[in-house]
Amino acid sequence: MIRNQLLVCAGGACITSGEKSVKDVLVDELKKNGIEDEVQVIETGCMGACDLGPIVVVYPEGTFYQKVTVKNAGLIVSEHLVKGRTVSELLYTEPTSEKQARTSGDIPFYTRQVKRVLRNCGVIDPLSIEEYIARDGYFALGKALEMTPDDIIRVLVDSGLRGRGGAGFPTGLKWKATREAKGSPKYVVCNGDEGDPGAFMDRSVLEGDPHSIIEAMAIAGYAIGAEKGYMYVRAEYPLAIERFEYAIGKAREYGFLGRDILGTGFNFDIEIRIGAGAFVCGEETALLRSIEGKRGTPSIKPPFPAQAGLWAKPTLINNVETYANIPQIITNGAEWFRSVGSVKSPGTKVFALAGNVQNTGLVEVPMGTTLRELVFEIGGGIPGGKKFKAAQTGGPSGGVITADYLDMPIDFDTLKEIGTIMGSGGLIVLDESSCMVDIAKFYLGFTVDESCGKCTPCREGTRQMYQMMERICEGKGRDGDIEKLNKLANVIKDTSLCGLGQSAPNPVLSTIRFYEDEYRAHIYEKKCPSHVCKHLLTYSIMPDKCVGCTACARQCPVDAITGEVKKTHVVDQSKCIKCGSCYEICRFGAIRKE
Amino acid sequence: METRMLNVKINGRDYQVPDGTTILKAARDYAKIDVPTLCYLEGISEEGACAICVVEVKGARNLQRACVVKVSEGMEVWTNTSRVREARKLNVELLLANHPKDCFTCEKNQICDLRELAAELGVREVEFPRTRTELLPFDNTSLSLVRDPNKCVLCRRCVNVCAKVQSVYAIDIVGRGSNSTVSTFLDEGLGNVECVNCGQCLLVCPTGAITERSEIPEVWKALGDPDKVVVVETAPAVRVAIGEEFGMPDGTQATGKMAAALRRLGFNKVFDTDFSADLTIMEEGFELIGRIKNGGTLPLITSCSPGWIKFVETFFPKVLDHISTCKSPQQMFGTVTKTYWAEKMGIDPRKIVVVSIMPCTAKKFEKERPEMKSAFHYWQEKLGLKDEEAFKDVDCVLTTREAAQMIREAGIDFANLPDEDFDKPLGESTGAAVIFGATGGVMEAALRTAYEVLTKKTLAKLDFEDVRGLDGIKSADVDIDGTILKVAVASGLGNARALMEQVQKGESPYHFIEIMCCPGGCLGGGGQPISDNPDIKKKRAEAIYREDAGKPIRKSHENPEITEIYEDFLGEPNSEKAHHLLHTEYCDRSCK
Repeated sequence: MIRNQLLVCAGGACITSGEKSVKDVLVDELKKNGIEDEVQVIETGCMGACDLGPIVVVYPEGTFYQKVTVKNAGLIVSEHLVKGRTVSELLYTEPTSEKQARTSGDIPFYTRQVKRVLRNCGVIDPLSIEEYIARDGYFALGKALEMTPDDIIRVLVDSGLRGRGGAGFPTGLKWKATREAKGSPKYVVCNGDEGDPGAFMDRSVLEGDPHSIIEAMAIAGYAIGAEKGYMYVRAEYPLAIERFEYAIGKAREYGFLGRDILGTGFNFDIEIRIGAGAFVCGEETALLRSIEGKRGTPSIKPPFPAQAGLWAKPTLINNVETYANIPQIITNGAEWFRSVGSVKSPGTKVFALAGNVQNTGLVEVPMGTTLRELVFEIGGGIPGGKKFKAAQTGGPSGGVITADYLDMPIDFDTLKEIGTIMGSGGLIVLDESSCMVDIAKFYLGFTVDESCGKCTPCREGTRQMYQMMERICEGKGRDGDIEKLNKLANVIKDTSLCGLGQSAPNPVLSTIRFYEDEYRAHIYEKKCPSHVCKHLLTYSIMPDKCVGCTACARQCPVDAITGEVKKTHVVDQSKCIKCGSCYEICRFGAIRKE
Repeated sequence: METRMLNVKINGRDYQVPDGTTILKAARDYAKIDVPTLCYLEGISEEGACAICVVEVKGARNLQRACVVKVSEGMEVWTNTSRVREARKLNVELLLANHPKDCFTCEKNQICDLRELAAELGVREVEFPRTRTELLPFDNTSLSLVRDPNKCVLCRRCVNVCAKVQSVYAIDIVGRGSNSTVSTFLDEGLGNVECVNCGQCLLVCPTGAITERSEIPEVWKALGDPDKVVVVETAPAVRVAIGEEFGMPDGTQATGKMAAALRRLGFNKVFDTDFSADLTIMEEGFELIGRIKNGGTLPLITSCSPGWIKFVETFFPKVLDHISTCKSPQQMFGTVTKTYWAEKMGIDPRKIVVVSIMPCTAKKFEKERPEMKSAFHYWQEKLGLKDEEAFKDVDCVLTTREAAQMIREAGIDFANLPDEDFDKPLGESTGAAVIFGATGGVMEAALRTAYEVLTKKTLAKLDFEDVRGLDGIKSADVDIDGTILKVAVASGLGNARALMEQVQKGESPYHFIEIMCCPGGCLGGGGQPISDNPDIKKKRAEAIYREDAGKPIRKSHENPEITEIYEDFLGEPNSEKAHHLLHTEYCDRSCK
């Protein structure tokens, strides 16, 4: 008889912070206490609050234990499960109110979220198809198979669901176009090549709720007239691949995949294809080439995949998060889906919250949520009492949202208006110590590395831009650089072959738009206002504060600091390599960085 | 079904163009407006990689690539807005930023597409610095071709021609982003992979990134050596193309001027590969007759084209017993010169330098094949030569372009030279030999001889029209006195592959197949002048058939010098001596 369940978060971040050993300790302790038959340990998908991992939730009470370690995991068994006493040292303390939270329902990070895509992540055992079914899993497939394909597509069109992969194309129209396209066989493809730095919502779904994607792909197969689906996952997601593969096997066993599904005569099956690490393979035409076994390079659209996709056959390609919405739309209807979100962007969006913010992790909120809610209410604000500066969205294809737009509802269209994009939902919070020129350079560097090299503007142009950015950050900026960056960026956007190149200049354009003064400071005054670009920094010693302790001189790796004991020290600027080690070692605040 | 006509506006004017037309073709063919291109090669390379052909289309967010985007009803296209001009110019500038600035010494300096493009678009300044820090190493592994990746603009024309036309797949893009280059399997180099040395990649390269391995210095050195007897042979397809190098109209028959120019370069004897082409027909014709009569392996497949030979050795080693054992005319010529002619003239064969002028880069590879030393084996015992004194049958191979370059270097006014004849005896040839230069020519020449030998009757009509023309695969049923001989002709290795798959499966209906490596045959060879005339192959073919028609003798077996060589030296076709000197063997080059 099971009296308690221990849900152990087995998301990527928790695994990295020691989840496996914690789980082993829990299992051992249960045995030692002889209650292994009464308490079930279940590894779940990602629970979202990544900075709190490893997380263990005790059911039925829902007690939320965070930052569990090998040393204190035993307490959950000996105290909570054996003696019935909550382990208060493992509870989460809300930083502003300093109140302890007993369950996730007491943590603002969770209470502000609306979990649809992530509804099963962290709740069910991803390896258990029974648990998925118990949460209404595969109900939508059964329902869909009783509908006509046209009715399914109509529900999708009515729902207003837009592609979560980045561009926000209406999903229903894509399905309609693929259904109406001439050609056979047709294919269903799921894009799981999540590549934006920091974004991991697709991985979480694949790891935490794989059956929802299988179900959605099967519905898609029925709706467009395909019998074959391909799940394309990047090789860097081994756990997702493992769990998805296992789930496919189970789905076949239960008759949700294979021949004559649920006795309706509909046949559908899924194969996994593993990407080899190129970011550009997230671009749909490149992804399709990769599935075909060819080099992943994009090709011109039209023809769109709906007309000529895999092996030139009509192909439906959606991303993981998009599919994750489908079963619930079929089950609950278009109106239900539209009940949250904004008019033009209904539903929810999962964001990967990262950067200079208290709570990092995955959060799912209604479209139209403001940045303020995301950063300050769910994210818990900026650590260290620093000021919010901007949020970067859309990864290397996006741009920044500045403090002026903190109260703007975020959806596909509003972001586009201010020069950034939704992208796959990466949201990186930047505080006042971030240099926007440096940030733009970082993202540009990413696209330079990940450009496939096929078309001139992206291959050659982004590298030219990157070198200009490097120059600017090194204090070698020249008059006219901003204009040149703008000109180059516009031609790259205008003439690149695929979305990667067309959006590669966005981080630069967006930061020039909102922070031109920072660019000008770098170029004309040779100063980095945020003290980030090290070539533009000067370290000097303030005589009034220096006590002559010699710590800085001993720390300096290039012997640039001289001075006698108990006398003021001096930095030789010609030797200084601006490593900052003197600044860090000085206990008297005597080193000035400017 | 009739093609629907679409209404489109180009630069404000209305046109009706067929559905399915690209913007590029609509602009060029209907509006008579050129849209510049770089990576585009009609039917072969249509990838939209270079982003030079961009145009503005009303309603489209971005500039569109004219080469791949098709027109739609009501489309409004603008090819000449400042947005378009600036984008094109900037993309060319980006290419130039990393392109070596050594145009003075570049082989392609007069015919470089990139240089022309920069001039056309008015690029007067490159405002971007070089971003590549290191020079990439040359690929010097091939005996035929040299690749300089620094000059490559990654247009992919070479990759596409190698894959789609030749089905060889020797090269592809490797690496990512600005580190991407065109390379071979594991960077092994062209000489160590399946490359067949055809040089089609060179012909389509818009810059000087692919060139032939030049042998001009060796030839100048031989010409300057008083101890050497330097003999030159010229392939059939060279004479109808070399005039292009000197501004003569496309399709000029420049045979006489070519002989005159070569004589003025200082060659001791100006001979003709056409002589050995006639010899090839004798050997191969009799081989065919022998196989038909004695139930030998059929179809018999021709062996003149060294690119084709390496292809079949690499991809279809199982069909090697179908390949004629005859050497190519080039190699037969070298052997005959250093045996028959040397003996006849009393010249030490070691003093003879055989230079061949070929429309072909694969010939440079062929002459280095280790088995191509028949003359040495012939003389070894007689002269008491040691193994290390071995010499090749053919010493140097120049492409048509290299020959023209030497003529230019010597300051010879090619176009105004008098017409001169080849030297005898190895300069005598027939119309049957001339047509070797066009696809179907070897077949036609062989049929002329085989028919008359088999039937002992004179052919009423010498022209076998069915095997002429530039189609990739041609076939015909030839009635030889009631016996139907089924023949097929293919040029371009993609077409050859299709026929070989049949042969490999034992399903080939043919008795005799002619294969030429390059599309159109030797007249379209990788050693030919680089032309921007889309009809160039047709022009050269017309000149070849004019040359044939104008020849007093048009059948190989009627060449008096051929009769003489058999009477005085070889005995009869396919004799043991002929086998030793004029036939060869092949090797399996497939991956195992």
